[in-house]
Amino acid sequence: MFAFRLAETPLYALPSGALYWPDQALLCVSDLHFGKSERMARRGGALLPPYETRATLQRLDDDLAATRAQQVICLGDSFDDLATAEGLDLDDQLWLTRLMAGRNWIWIEGNHDAGPVEMGGSHRADLRLGQLQFRHIATAETPEISGHYHPKARLAGRSHRCFLLDKQRLILPAYGTYTGGLWSHDSVLCDLMQPDALALVLAKSVLAMPMPRQGRPS
Amino acid sequence: MQLPPALSDWFTAQGWSLHPHQIEMLARADHSATLLIAPTGGGKTLAGFLPSLAEITAQSKGLHTLYLSPLKALAADIRRNLRRPVEGAGLPIRIEDRTGDTSYTQRRRQRADPPHILLTTPESLALLLSYEDAPQIFAGLQRVIVDETHALAESKRGDQLMLQLARLQSFAPHLRRVGLSATVEDPPALARFLGPQTQVLQADPGPDPDIQMLQTKLPPPWAGAGGRYAIPDILQEIMAHKTTLVFHNTRAQAEIFFHHLWLANSDDLPIAIHHGSLSREQRERVEQAMADGRLRAVVCTGSLDLGLDWGDVDLVIQVGAPKNIKRLVQRIGRANHRYNAPSKAVLVPANRFEVIECQAALKAVRAHQLDGAPRPRGPRDVLCQHLLASACAAPFDPDALFAEVVTAGPYASLTRAEFDACLDFAATGGYALRAYDKWQKLMIRQDKFSLRDPRAAAQIRQNLGTIIDTETLKVRLKGRMGAPLGEIEEAFATTLTRGDTFLIGGQIVRYEGLNEMTVEVSRHTGRDPKVAVFSGTKFATSTQLSEGILQLLQQPDWPDLPAHTVQWLTLQREISALPQPGRLLIETFAYEGREHLCLYGFAGRNAQQTLGLLLTKRMEDQGLNPLGFVATDYATLIWGLTAVPDPAALLCVDTLRHDLETWLAGNAVMKRGFRNVALIAGLIERNHQGRRKSGRQATFSSDILYDTLRKYDPDHLLLQLTREEAMRGLIDFGRLEEMLTRIGPRIDHLRLERVSPFAAPLFLEPGKIPIHGQGREKLAEEAARQLMRDAGLL
Repeated sequence: MFAFRLAETPLYALPSGALYWPDQALLCVSDLHFGKSERMARRGGALLPPYETRATLQRLDDDLAATRAQQVICLGDSFDDLATAEGLDLDDQLWLTRLMAGRNWIWIEGNHDAGPVEMGGSHRADLRLGQLQFRHIATAETPEISGHYHPKARLAGRSHRCFLLDKQRLILPAYGTYTGGLWSHDSVLCDLMQPDALALVLAKSVLAMPMPRQGRPS
Repeated sequence: MQLPPALSDWFTAQGWSLHPHQIEMLARADHSATLLIAPTGGGKTLAGFLPSLAEITAQSKGLHTLYLSPLKALAADIRRNLRRPVEGAGLPIRIEDRTGDTSYTQRRRQRADPPHILLTTPESLALLLSYEDAPQIFAGLQRVIVDETHALAESKRGDQLMLQLARLQSFAPHLRRVGLSATVEDPPALARFLGPQTQVLQADPGPDPDIQMLQTKLPPPWAGAGGRYAIPDILQEIMAHKTTLVFHNTRAQAEIFFHHLWLANSDDLPIAIHHGSLSREQRERVEQAMADGRLRAVVCTGSLDLGLDWGDVDLVIQVGAPKNIKRLVQRIGRANHRYNAPSKAVLVPANRFEVIECQAALKAVRAHQLDGAPRPRGPRDVLCQHLLASACAAPFDPDALFAEVVTAGPYASLTRAEFDACLDFAATGGYALRAYDKWQKLMIRQDKFSLRDPRAAAQIRQNLGTIIDTETLKVRLKGRMGAPLGEIEEAFATTLTRGDTFLIGGQIVRYEGLNEMTVEVSRHTGRDPKVAVFSGTKFATSTQLSEGILQLLQQPDWPDLPAHTVQWLTLQREISALPQPGRLLIETFAYEGREHLCLYGFAGRNAQQTLGLLLTKRMEDQGLNPLGFVATDYATLIWGLTAVPDPAALLCVDTLRHDLETWLAGNAVMKRGFRNVALIAGLIERNHQGRRKSGRQATFSSDILYDTLRKYDPDHLLLQLTREEAMRGLIDFGRLEEMLTRIGPRIDHLRLERVSPFAAPLFLEPGKIPIHGQGREKLAEEAARQLMRDAGLL
């Protein structure tokens, strides 16, 4: 994991793509996209291997066990759409319920899952905790932690998911199994992040490098 | 069957007389299936069409003859050639082509009012067959002509086409099939591929080619590829002939060779380059100049193996060992398109070992011994696609469709269980642990399979076909609009950094950066590119040719080989031994403080490479500290810190197979193979340029699907298919296993005092593969640290 501070708050970026805040015993994950394969199938698209929800849950389970987090923030787009929240496989539903049990679980709304879902936990449009704002899509109101863009960057010829970090802002990578990414050199991300921003690249460990701003692979 | 008088009169007026095989095709017009095998220039295509020209009359309604070609350009070419006699004789025959380039209105009209003769490609036919009105369009079809059958049979396009012919035969039970093919090693096998009861008609093969090894002033180098040393001699040959084709085995080699040929071309002969990575505009320009007779030489690759009839080539030069005798013979046929005149060709070995390989190939060509692996059974990813396409056209009865599919040659041995597994995949995804109960793709309604959501048809049609494009990026001069210089593979582009220079279209360019999905470059004036290669296909030497080489090595002396090569072989015989058929020679020796093991398996590059990977893994496990290896078509050389006392003990087939399974799983080759299978079977959609450009975060890599399936559903159909293909293709474990089984205990281990003459060139081979455990992670760590340091952050 990679230790850093945002607005004087000590935080850790985990190689799984989760953010850990030890002082709050808090784990934050973004863009889980549960039920993505089911939504594609429903809309007449490809029948992808319907295992991504359990793969994502497994990762989350491992992170919760390792960090012993008591609070969890899911930073939006937790479900690929509202119908998938109801359509979850029974086993997956039970697994999720088991993870939620005894934890302060906060669902932040995303663009894919705007509106309340039939799950426990609390539902919020956004959240302020200490110095930090948590919301799905980045705004001008900082210091802020957001998701939505699924940032990725190239390192040594390979593409990796990554966190983007500057003095005021952290953008989380997508945590869900079936998620693609947006290059950090995309103009949207270049406009959002300050010139000295870092990309925290998810390899076997988390590797920090200057955020790539051009299409040029490094 | 008789030719219409108008047509015979026209032939007579042109001074043409029919070849015997053309007359014979007319005589066999009523037979259900005929395979015509004739050399290039033998009027094959006309022979295929003559019965149609004789049958079609002014009263003929609807589609009579369907012509299929592997190349779009060929369809257009044939239309022009066919119109001449048809219009000349005033025959009432409408001929049109239909390819991806045909306009939408034209295609619509063709469905409503088809011509008598339709010229098309397998992919366009797949699309036609997926429409609801397919039975009406093809109900009256009389004849189907499959051109370049031998070429189609080498890929999945051929398997798909045979499934389509089975479908056409259901619509039109009296349909007659004609296959046109160049010389092949096993005509009955190709006949079974084309259909049941296919009769083979062999045309007179014409005179033997005039083929030899090029005499060069300099001897070939010890190692390497590309044949640069022979450029002065090749230039002389070009000058002595009207038009020369210079074939290379890979695009990269063609590029490098052309670059140096150009520098040496002091007489400014008009020469050009042609290969599959060049932009279409550039290729068309070369093709046009060629057709106009304006070029003296074209440096090319397999992109010119097929087709277009370009008159005046009078010499074919093959640079580098041909690897495969059949392809060599077909390439030689490109010279001299006049029937009954010998074609002229020369071979240019690129290194010492290839001198032997070329000699073995010459012997085989003269003895008319062609090579070729038996065709694998019809691939099931193609069948999955066919099932989905069938559902687009109409609901189908599985029993009837199975009965139809097994009439297609490649699928004759398909079992019902295999068919049902493909059907289950197409309908439900075929997953073991969780089913799409509500959202199946195909539903059973009144005992027939039909699309649950009719909107899916559009998406299925968009993804028809079995040609997989590698992800490529266009290369453009920075700040200039206009035609791109060509394309490079995305994987190659990601390895470039600003300032790297590479060759494309015969010129050296400097990498400037990526802009959207385009590689921007500037012109560069240096002589030698820094990054010389980009990946092309690497052919492995065929089993038969390898066998020929081993036979040649057994001769007591070699009067046909140049002195430098004879000397080399003699020295190897003295110091070590020459490899023998049915035995395996292994040399071990110390050199420059490292232990070496050299294994002469003659199993082809891919299998020798797999052997290197597996053996070094075993050595690693046994503490023998391997450091790296290199593989060629005939040997694998491994180096390390510790001597291997008993190499034979490492070569147990069962252990190697077990290691292979473990090693394969996480391998990039497998992931690439999975992507291809998943694309064809319809699990993932093709990356359309537009969607890639938008850079949306919704699309994700097929590697993720591969990893997920491996974890949760390791026996899934698509993983089975991926493994089967890998065993044959890039990993070629099949050939390795065959070699080890054949050799059995007949392994000769020689411990030498020094490097052997055969092993020496291997030290100069490029493509050495280092062995390191956590290499990739370390590489990434170092790169990240360097970047931080450069940015002053560390």
